[in-house]
Amino acid sequence: MELFANLLGRMSLEYFPKEPATIGAAIGMPLAVFGVVGLLTYFKKWRWLWDNYLTSLDAKKIGVMYIAVGLIMLIRGLADTLMLRLQTAVAVGDQAGPFSTDTFQQVFTAHGTIMIFFVAMGLMFGLINVALPLMLGTRDVAFPLLNSISFWLFAAGMILINFSLIYGGFSNGGWLGYPPLTELQYNPGPGVDYWIWSLQIAGVGSLLSGINFFVTIIKNRAPGMTFMKMPIFAWSVLVTTVLIMLAFPILTATLAMLSLDRTLGMHFFTSLAGGNPMMYINLIWAWGHPEVYILVLPAFGIFSEIVATFSRKALFGYKSMVIALCAIMVLSFIVWQHHFFTMGAGANVNAFFGIMTMIIAIPTGVKIFNWLFTMYRGKILFASPMWWFMTFVVTFTLGGVTGVLMAVPAIDYQVHNTLFLVAHFHNVIIGGVVFGYLAGVAYWFPKMFGFTLIERLGKLSAALWQLGFILAFMPLYALGLMGAVRRLDHYTDPAWTPFFIVSGIGVVIICGGVFVLVLQIALSIWKRKSLKAGGDPWNGRTLEWSVPSPAPSYNFAVIPHVSERDEWWHRKQHKLAHAIDHYQDIMLPKNSSIGLIIGGLAGIAGFGIIWHIWWLSAIAVVAIISTVIIRSNVEETEFTITAAELKNAEAKL
Amino acid sequence: MKRKMLVVAIVVVIAALVALGYRLVHGVTFDVLQPTGVIGLKERNLLLFTLGLSLIVVVPVFTMLAVFAWKYHESNTEATYKPNWTKNTTLETIWWGIPIVIIAILSLVTFITSHTLDPYKPIASNNRTIEVQVVALQWKWLFIYPDYGIATVNELPIAVNTPIHFSLTGDAPMNGFWIPSLGTQIYAMNGMQSELNLMANKVGVYKGHATNINGKGYADMNFTVKALSSGDFDTWQKSAHDSPDQLTKATYDKLAEPNTMGVRTLLLADRTLYDTIMMKYMTKQTTKNNTTKSTMDHHSMDAM
Repeated sequence: MELFANLLGRMSLEYFPKEPATIGAAIGMPLAVFGVVGLLTYFKKWRWLWDNYLTSLDAKKIGVMYIAVGLIMLIRGLADTLMLRLQTAVAVGDQAGPFSTDTFQQVFTAHGTIMIFFVAMGLMFGLINVALPLMLGTRDVAFPLLNSISFWLFAAGMILINFSLIYGGFSNGGWLGYPPLTELQYNPGPGVDYWIWSLQIAGVGSLLSGINFFVTIIKNRAPGMTFMKMPIFAWSVLVTTVLIMLAFPILTATLAMLSLDRTLGMHFFTSLAGGNPMMYINLIWAWGHPEVYILVLPAFGIFSEIVATFSRKALFGYKSMVIALCAIMVLSFIVWQHHFFTMGAGANVNAFFGIMTMIIAIPTGVKIFNWLFTMYRGKILFASPMWWFMTFVVTFTLGGVTGVLMAVPAIDYQVHNTLFLVAHFHNVIIGGVVFGYLAGVAYWFPKMFGFTLIERLGKLSAALWQLGFILAFMPLYALGLMGAVRRLDHYTDPAWTPFFIVSGIGVVIICGGVFVLVLQIALSIWKRKSLKAGGDPWNGRTLEWSVPSPAPSYNFAVIPHVSERDEWWHRKQHKLAHAIDHYQDIMLPKNSSIGLIIGGLAGIAGFGIIWHIWWLSAIAVVAIISTVIIRSNVEETEFTITAAELKNAEAKL
Repeated sequence: MKRKMLVVAIVVVIAALVALGYRLVHGVTFDVLQPTGVIGLKERNLLLFTLGLSLIVVVPVFTMLAVFAWKYHESNTEATYKPNWTKNTTLETIWWGIPIVIIAILSLVTFITSHTLDPYKPIASNNRTIEVQVVALQWKWLFIYPDYGIATVNELPIAVNTPIHFSLTGDAPMNGFWIPSLGTQIYAMNGMQSELNLMANKVGVYKGHATNINGKGYADMNFTVKALSSGDFDTWQKSAHDSPDQLTKATYDKLAEPNTMGVRTLLLADRTLYDTIMMKYMTKQTTKNNTTKSTMDHHSMDAM
């Protein structure tokens, strides 16, 4: 068996990092991990962590883990940004920057990949897990174990991508890895494989989550909650999950084909032997464009809840909002070609995709007007989530304008692949997605932990992000119009330097915003006694605020009957105390380490493929299948909280 | 009066940002906004027109955001509070309607300009079009002038007020070809051909860029466009024939090796070289009607 001849595949010493910057990261990151492990051991918190989080099938706990990973990865992604801007502030003319070209290219690839897949997706799934079942008036998601498996697949992808820093290096092909650059011919090393397999594993997790939440919304709504009585956040998640189920299989298939090219020498996307890279570019964007709506629609949902709650007024134009969401869902699948207007398609093709793209501006614009008119004649409390909302409207609207500009093919010909494009998508993704999820974290934090975050620091963080954003990205728009293309690790025109420096200052201010955010969380934990929140700290409107904070593991002692869209608000207005006459036994899923095991094995399988250690991957895959079979034979997967226990627990709250 | 302080602070910050922005852009050349080619000029105008159209929505949004935030702040007890006011058909019709009208106008403009500014569309002129064959390499640009029997690397001399017709292909990871001052970028890909028509209307030296990452030397893959008067262009192309370097299949293979290099001028010894480079990527089955393949795709998609 030749395949098994070399037990270590293509691993060798040459793949350890050699540059000061990468060596630093390769030493620093394990040290940080060891530090956390050490602290957990010192404070004897392993049991607690294992029981309450790692093996928990409680959606809220899984949500907290997603959010934690998302925030940690946000810091990693920002560190990447700092490196990029440091380089561009210095590397003009003959002046060498601090990083080599190869490192620079790996860093921008990692930045994009991490920010989209592990920050935005992580925060999104986290908040959905925390809020969705509570909002729907249900005890859990449809498939709790699958939910845990999804998280651990996501975590395995995250660990793989970060492990590339320590051993092997990452892809230098950009966050979407266009072939033929990412094919063997030009990129034989393990970097692209790290990229493929971390996305592949995390992507399967996302697909499973999409199915899970979709079924949860269809099947698990509280009695009386018709679709048109669902909170708008649940609608946004419903639309997002449809997009996930339709789009993620495309990603999986595309990455699988690229991987077949790379590992088995096939020719799907190579230049030679009949392969066609244009096919890859079409496929990856057929996933990639819906993906940006997958990310932003739940954020829209969060803002809809926030603006209604803090305006103390029902959401304006609920039906319009639902129609707008559905319109965006359909349109998002027929605009993908606008990512490559410059590939030489005919005028009619470009015009079609351009027009479809700008049509999306209509439902999006309607949503903004509806939010504004929710504020109109309201009684607005400017709590920190509302600050994020204000920064969102300002930033996202500007991003929308530049988006419409780029939707016109003949304008796109002049700004495509420039820093103008980079500024545009950060404008919508930071403005829409990041601000949306940070708002969501601030809004639902008390529901997760039972205490609020320090408001003042939250507002300061929003202000710093807004200011930093303007400084970081307005210069990039200007640079694009000056003719600066993206992804340059050095350049010749000294006129660009001041713009890059201002942009770098903006990034530093954003880092300040993130530092304040971390400080806010740390200080709030420190002072949690004085920040104690009741069940309903914001005077909320939807069902999650009807239960105590933190929400009990069973969510609702008695499943509520819903009669109104803003059920909890309605009950408060009409003083409908939810008198509980009798309790019933509740069945909840037992903790399970299956998710953790499958995630770990998937990570090992991916690692094996990256390094061509075939026996390792084979064993891991067989082990995954065996785990699933063993689990299928476990009869008792649930435990019961009896009515008496429930009554006791509720009395204590 | 914390609220007023905050507003003052926001206004001061905005003023400071505007001042900083003005200081930054003062005296800077924006190639895309100050084009020197016919195509670039039309694209610039289209950009400004679309921007203006967008402002019809953006200005009211920002105004309402500021006014509503101020007026309906909870501390303002005099403001009307209607917690259950959630529907108004007239208002909703207005904000479905206005964007629909704007987008309808813009769609029409998009359709028309996608045709008038189609990169494949020849530019009408009394001057005879100059043919340039472009090959994107790792990490240099090869320009072949088939009509003059010469070729250059990383430098593109052209004549002003003369249409240039580019045929582009690649022999390296996919790339993009862009001269910001003249307009329209287009991808250059292995085994296929894309086309581009540009025309400079001012004598000058312009920057050209690679726009799609293609490996280590990407940032160095710039070229210089020299827009010369037709007399000067003629002089240049005649003197170029004095170049001692020949471009044959063999010297091309050397040239195509992954590295960066400066400007070179070469005598085109092999006039079929461009086709040969493209054919390299064709399998036996697809060679039948290969050279026109991409062009045909372009037009068959047009007929859609």
